[in-house]
Amino acid sequence: VTPDEVLDCLGQRCPLPVIALARALPGLPVGGVLRVLADDPAAASDIPAWCRLRGQEFVGASRTDEGAPAFDVRRTG
Amino acid sequence: MAQPALAYLDAASAAPLHPAARTVIESLLGEAWVDPAKLYAPARRERLLLDRSREAVATIVGARTEEVAFVASGTEACHLAVTGVLAGRRRAGGTFVHSTIEHSAVLHAAQAHEAAGGTTAPVPVDRLGKVDVEAFAKAVGAGGVAAAALISASHEVGTVQDVASAAAACADARVPLIVDAAQSLGHADVPAGWSVLTGSARKWGGPAGVGLLVVRSGVRYEPPRLPAAEPSLMLVAAAAAALIAAHDAAAAEDARLRPLVDRIRATVAATVPDVEIVGDPEKRLPHLVTFSCLYVDGEALLHGLDRAGFAVSSGSSCTSDTLRPSHVLEAMGVLSHGNVRVSLHRETTEADVDRFLAVLPDLVARLREETGVTGL
Repeated sequence: VTPDEVLDCLGQRCPLPVIALARALPGLPVGGVLRVLADDPAAASDIPAWCRLRGQEFVGASRTDEGAPAFDVRRTG
Repeated sequence: MAQPALAYLDAASAAPLHPAARTVIESLLGEAWVDPAKLYAPARRERLLLDRSREAVATIVGARTEEVAFVASGTEACHLAVTGVLAGRRRAGGTFVHSTIEHSAVLHAAQAHEAAGGTTAPVPVDRLGKVDVEAFAKAVGAGGVAAAALISASHEVGTVQDVASAAAACADARVPLIVDAAQSLGHADVPAGWSVLTGSARKWGGPAGVGLLVVRSGVRYEPPRLPAAEPSLMLVAAAAAALIAAHDAAAAEDARLRPLVDRIRATVAATVPDVEIVGDPEKRLPHLVTFSCLYVDGEALLHGLDRAGFAVSSGSSCTSDTLRPSHVLEAMGVLSHGNVRVSLHRETTEADVDRFLAVLPDLVARLREETGVTGL
């Protein structure tokens, strides 16, 4: 997946990355993919959980070339 | 402004000392100091009391008296159970099967087993925190399994596990099943079929510092070390008295607390926007409920509740020493921030619960306003 936008939340503690994601996703067109970089250990469960609660698509988790955890979310509506 | 009376709603960490336990401690404080191993009369009386405590606990858990041992804590009981059975069964295999939502004491023992060259087979849970019993049975039957562990009910979300099916699978595969019943004893029945049972007295209203370890005769059990210390007779007798009292009252307490937890589940869902109520709504412990509030910092929520006079727990990362979210919430794939665990006990009143339900919505709304996340 090539993201349309990247949101750098490295160093932020939960729930800040999830809040940033909720603020940023409506700025993308429907179908667009937002990549959230977040190294707080809670992000790995909270970002997919947010997608489920908000009806958005969690595309998957990966790592950047520098090794930072990355989470891709597609806006579905 | 007057400080509101504290409503202690964290029984899953430690229940208030039961009056039956207090009576035993007060009556033994001046007496139970002799060495029970000696031959004189006061020592014999102590030994008798110890035997009676063991007998009473054995009857309640469905074991033989000689199978019951008291250790320093629930954590130590878990650790001895896992390491002792894995060591005793090393010729049968090197794999330890366990659910992903075991108590951290069991998971730490599993990590140590792996570090020492053993293998582990973690079995996942669903969104409600229920262990996949088919996957559990498959893992247990795969061959080379030294032991399996299944928590009777989750200490963090209250979901009750299908211990009977897991025990049947273990019996078929001739694998000993270790059941951590810390949250069930004194609250709910624990199905038969386990090989090793562990518990913690402070979860049923006994004193802190007493763990329960029951090893069925015939189970190969080789603890790698002796228990850290045997608890004092006074504490053991108090723990037994509290378990008898809690066990006797369990059905009545279930009938009283279960509807209160149902009320919390329904009211929080209806009055707090963007909240996820966690765990199985039906197959659950009578006294425990967990929920997560979207965009709310768990630590701020706990401090707010503390100021309003409520002692509760949280599985959010910001409230833990390790800054990791609860492994149970992670394994279930549910929201982990803004998390609150409420656990009731024999002193909890309906008024405590209603006051909590009256305070919570405004507190969550205020915390969301302060961080500017309203309407997200």
